[in-house]
Formats: sequence, C-alpha cells, structure tokens
Amino acid sequence: METPFDPEIAVKKIPLVANGRKMDWVTEKVSTICEAKTPIWWWVAFLITAPTALFGVCCIAYQISTGVGVWGENHPVGWAWDITNFVFWIGIGHAGTLISAILFLTRQKWRTSINRSAEAMTLFAVVCAGIFPGIHVGRVWMAWFLAPVPWYEGIWPNFRSPLLWDVFAVSTYFTVSVLFWYTGLVPDLATLRDRTTSRVKKFFFTVFALGWRGSNRNWRHYEMAYLILAGISTPLVLSVHSVVSFDFATSVIPGWHTTIFPPYFVAGAIFGGFAMVLTILIPARILYPQLKDLITPQHIDKMCKIILLTGSIVGYAYAMEFFIAWYGGNPYEQWLFLRNRLADPWIFTKWLHLAATPAPYWWAYWCMITCNVISPQFFWFKKNRYNLWVVFPIVMCVNAGMWFERFVIIVTSLANDFMPSMWHLYHPSWVEIGTFVGTFGIFLSLFLLFMRYLPMVAMSEIKIVLPESDPHHVEEGHQEAHASAEGHH
Amino acid sequence: MMTATEQRPKVYGMAAEFASAGELYHAAEKIRDAGFKRWDVFSPFPIHGMDKAMGLGKSWLSAVVLCGGLTGLATAVVLEGYPSLIEYQTVVDAKPTNWATVPAFVPIFFELTILLSAFACVFALMVMSQLPRWNHPMFNWERFTRVGDNGFFLAIEGRDPKFSEEKTRALLESIGGAHVTLIHD
Repeated sequence: METPFDPEIAVKKIPLVANGRKMDWVTEKVSTICEAKTPIWWWVAFLITAPTALFGVCCIAYQISTGVGVWGENHPVGWAWDITNFVFWIGIGHAGTLISAILFLTRQKWRTSINRSAEAMTLFAVVCAGIFPGIHVGRVWMAWFLAPVPWYEGIWPNFRSPLLWDVFAVSTYFTVSVLFWYTGLVPDLATLRDRTTSRVKKFFFTVFALGWRGSNRNWRHYEMAYLILAGISTPLVLSVHSVVSFDFATSVIPGWHTTIFPPYFVAGAIFGGFAMVLTILIPARILYPQLKDLITPQHIDKMCKIILLTGSIVGYAYAMEFFIAWYGGNPYEQWLFLRNRLADPWIFTKWLHLAATPAPYWWAYWCMITCNVISPQFFWFKKNRYNLWVVFPIVMCVNAGMWFERFVIIVTSLANDFMPSMWHLYHPSWVEIGTFVGTFGIFLSLFLLFMRYLPMVAMSEIKIVLPESDPHHVEEGHQEAHASAEGHH
Repeated sequence: MMTATEQRPKVYGMAAEFASAGELYHAAEKIRDAGFKRWDVFSPFPIHGMDKAMGLGKSWLSAVVLCGGLTGLATAVVLEGYPSLIEYQTVVDAKPTNWATVPAFVPIFFELTILLSAFACVFALMVMSQLPRWNHPMFNWERFTRVGDNGFFLAIEGRDPKFSEEKTRALLESIGGAHVTLIHD
C-alpha cells in the first residue's frame, strides 16, 4: 500500500539540536558554563580586555578634562571617529534585536540557540555606542541639554531636530532591549536558582528569578508578553537606525542628503551585527565544545546567508548612491562621489582619466567596497558557509568594512564640502584611537562577564525546539504501533 | 472566624510528577474535565496547547499594553506639542513653527509609544503572574527543583472545592502521576 504524501518526511529537516540531545543535557551543559570554576583562558582574556577598557576610560577622562581639541576633529570635519564609532556600535546591536524579535515573529526556530548571546551583544554594543554622543559634545556637564526639559531661560530643545529624535530612539532602544532580555532570562535564572548550592548565588538568583516556577498560569501571560515585546521591538529596531540615518539624511551635505539612507542603514546594521554575532560565537563554541550541539553548522550557515543577503542590499545601496549622483545632476554630489571617494590612484585616475588627482580617502572607500560587497559573495557557496576557516576571516572583513562605511560617509562628505577654501583633511589623534580601542575593551569585558555569570543560551527556549517537547510527540520505537492503532491520518 | 481559620487545610495541595510534556498535557485535560478550578501545571518551557488543555483562554495582557502605548503616545503629543507649538515656539534655521511641522514630531511619538508599551508589558506580566514573590509552597517539595530542568508537575490546591486527600491522590495516580505528594504550606 502506498503511503500518503507527508511534507514532514518529504523535506527531511536537520534537527536544530545536534546528536539528539535531551532536555537534561541542555540544562546541564548550559548551566555548567556559568557554574564551573573560572577557566584559565577566561582570566587571560579578561586581563587583556579589562585594561583595554580602562585605557579607553582614561582617554575619555583626558578628553573631558582637557577639551575636545585633543581629538583630530576641526572645521570642516566636525564629526569623525566619534560619530563613526557611535553608528558602528549601534548598528552592531541591531542583529541581536533582529534575532530576538524579527526571527521570533517569523517563527525561525533556529534563533533559540543564539538569541540570548545576541541580545547581550546588543546591550553591550549600545553601551559602547552611547558613550560617543555623550562625550563628543565637549562639555559633558551640559549633556542634560539632550533631555526634553526646558534649558536656561525656559527654552526647550528642538523637537523637530533629528538629533533629539536620536536621543529618544537610542534610549528607548536600550531600555526595551534590557526589558526583553531580562524577561527572557527569568525562567533560566529560576533554573540556576534551583540548581545552585552556593548560598550567595542562591540569594541573587532567588531575587532576580522573581519566584518563577514554570507555572502554566504564568507561562500563558509570559508567552503573550514575549510576543508583544517581539512585536514592538521589530518596528523599534527598524526605526532606530532609520533615525540615526536621519541625522545625516536631513542635512544638505552632499553624500548625506539621500532618501535611500534609512533602508540602507538598517540593512548595513543587520549585516555588521551578524558579523559580530559570528565573531563572538565562533570562538565561544570552540572554548565551550558543548555549544557545538546547540550552535550547529546549520546555524552558522543561516547567519552567513543573512550576511550575504544584507551585504548585497548594502552593495545595491552603494551603487544606487552613484547612480543618483549622476542622474540627479548635482555637481557637488558628483564631485563628492568621484573625487572624494571613488578615484583610486591607478585605474580611475590614471587609466580612465576620470579625476586629476586621487581622492583623499580612496583607500577607505575601496576597503569598504572590498570588505562589504566583495567578501560576502563567497557565501554563495555552501562549502564556504560550512568552513569556519572561510567564515571567520570574512566576518572580520565585514566588521572592518562596516566601520569604514561610516567613516566614508561621515568624513569624505565633510572634508571637501562646498567651499574649496574650507577643505581640510582629517587625521585622528591617539586619543580618538585609544577611545575606540577602549570601547572594544568595554564590549568584550562585558561579554566575558555575561558568559561567566549568566546562561549564554536560552535553555527554556531551546527546549521548545526539541522533539520531545511536543505534547503529541511519539518516541521513534512506538511510532509504527501508534500509527497502525489509529489508522491513517 | 477563628474556627474557620482552624478548619482551613494545613496543606497547600496535592502534586504529582509526569514523565513527559505529552503525559502532562493529557493529565491536564483530565483534571480540567473533572471540574477542578484551583490547580496548575509546571514545566520547564511553555507547552504548546497547554492553555486549551487546562481550559484557559487568551491572556489579556495585550489590553494593558495597548493602554500603555496610548499613554506613551499622549505623553509625546503633549511633550512635543505644548512647548513647540504653543508655549515657546523657537525658530531654528528660519524654519516654520506652525502646525504643518507636525510630521517632524512623529519619530518621538513612535518612540514613546514603544517605550511605555514595553514598560506596561513587563508590569502587566508581573501583576498578572503575581510576581515577584520570594517563595512558594511548591518549592518545599525537593522533586520540584527539576521544574527548570526536565520535570513536569501538576498540583491541585487544597482550596479547590473538589479537593479531598484520598480521592485527589487516587485521581492523580489513575491519570499516570508519579510521586504523588501532599505539599505543605
């Protein structure tokens, strides 16, 4: 007799958790990461990242106490590494929210292995991002001007300014991300509370697990809350980088004044963010081999596909900027794209005779193109997506490329603006470089602490994707007996 | 009044353990059909379809979030509109300050709507789940520590009008419950 068509059998799915691991395995292996004795490598890593962070803090202290003149910025380049770093870090955060919210709404079950660490990455990246707008104003004691309260003489901040929208967008983003992340953590904190033997840990987990006990009368509200948080985080994350792009797009500077910026920035943010997720998780699953059954090659493959997609969107946006510069007929914009960005010393300047001199920042532009547009194209091939020796260098390229993208947008547009008498090249000072390196120290130190003290995989969520969690699941051996007893469905 | 207090059961309820999500699901259906009102199931993750098996409807947490979102929107309307259009119109870069500039207020309308929705969501979750709390009678049962691992439990409270020590124990055992235990307050 012929068996009826069953799509579940026709498309054989690779299990999301490898090696048929059970629930108790998940609990044990994830919990022991933060329960076991601190490994040596952790201390080695922390003793590198923590002093780096401290160095960054010292650079910030020096800049605040001396003045913003210790940076290389001056007219006309009034925004440089500071805002580049701000946009770079805030963009990285977006992948975490995409994984936690958008992939949840689209029922991408593979997200459960990576959402906790990606959300943590979001929070730490936004912490790093938030430093720069705060300090680049120079007089940080005036930072309260950002708040929506009347300034001196009763003058209010300008609510029609994208810079104020940005304050609201970024602070809302951080707050909502913290709430979403913590809501997801509560059931796992309860698991750790029930496992721990240390009195101190028991106290803290008891406080932060809020008395969670896996009650279905609580799960009912919890699932609704989680769905709503995912639902409101989805437009939020799209709005945040759109608002960041408004900081540029609403101005009249050639190279900034572009309607394509919001979707272009959002795609770039997700692109760069996924690269950072892989940058963190690939070493993590080597250091904790048990994670290899949870973060499988299939997960890395899917993330590489997203990098390929968003990288291609970004490449399209770069091309469209050029097209509009030519088609729009604005000579300033044409000048900017050709003479400030594109013209390299050999092909465009010498061979094609398109420019008299090479563009001052041509190397930054071509770094960006190579890293962001060309390097992800290797991900068209499955063999490359499954080879970590290919994946890791490419995601490092993407990390660098996305930083260069913001540098190109900000600095090349400002350095040679409308008045040739105002033109000025920008060079960073050691303080700017130190501050940027310091934020990597802050980011990595926070992530190391997170790995050490909190469950870095969402246990309660990953259990849902195990076959045994389905209430109608039948063990392999009983399946035939069950089917013959009930007849065909 | 004193006698009423004394007559109250000293126990919290009767609890049983089940082997899998599927067994707990079917047990919940039977307890629901037996007409119990004050009971609950406990699992390491939300079990798909359990609300129906327990006879619970949709969570109305979303209604609180709607109120929170509308409050956020109203706050933003007042916060931006009053100073910028009414109280202190500041001319920046010779740009207009009239009612036609309202589109420039939309991003903050949106952000505050989201912000207060999120706060309302977490606040409603706490209130509707009656959390936070530092202890619960179920924690007195040492087998219950596995609820965050791979344990599936069902508890019928002593306050339920249908509760009786012998009959509830027999019922829980008949529907496949293991380690049926009386949980003390």
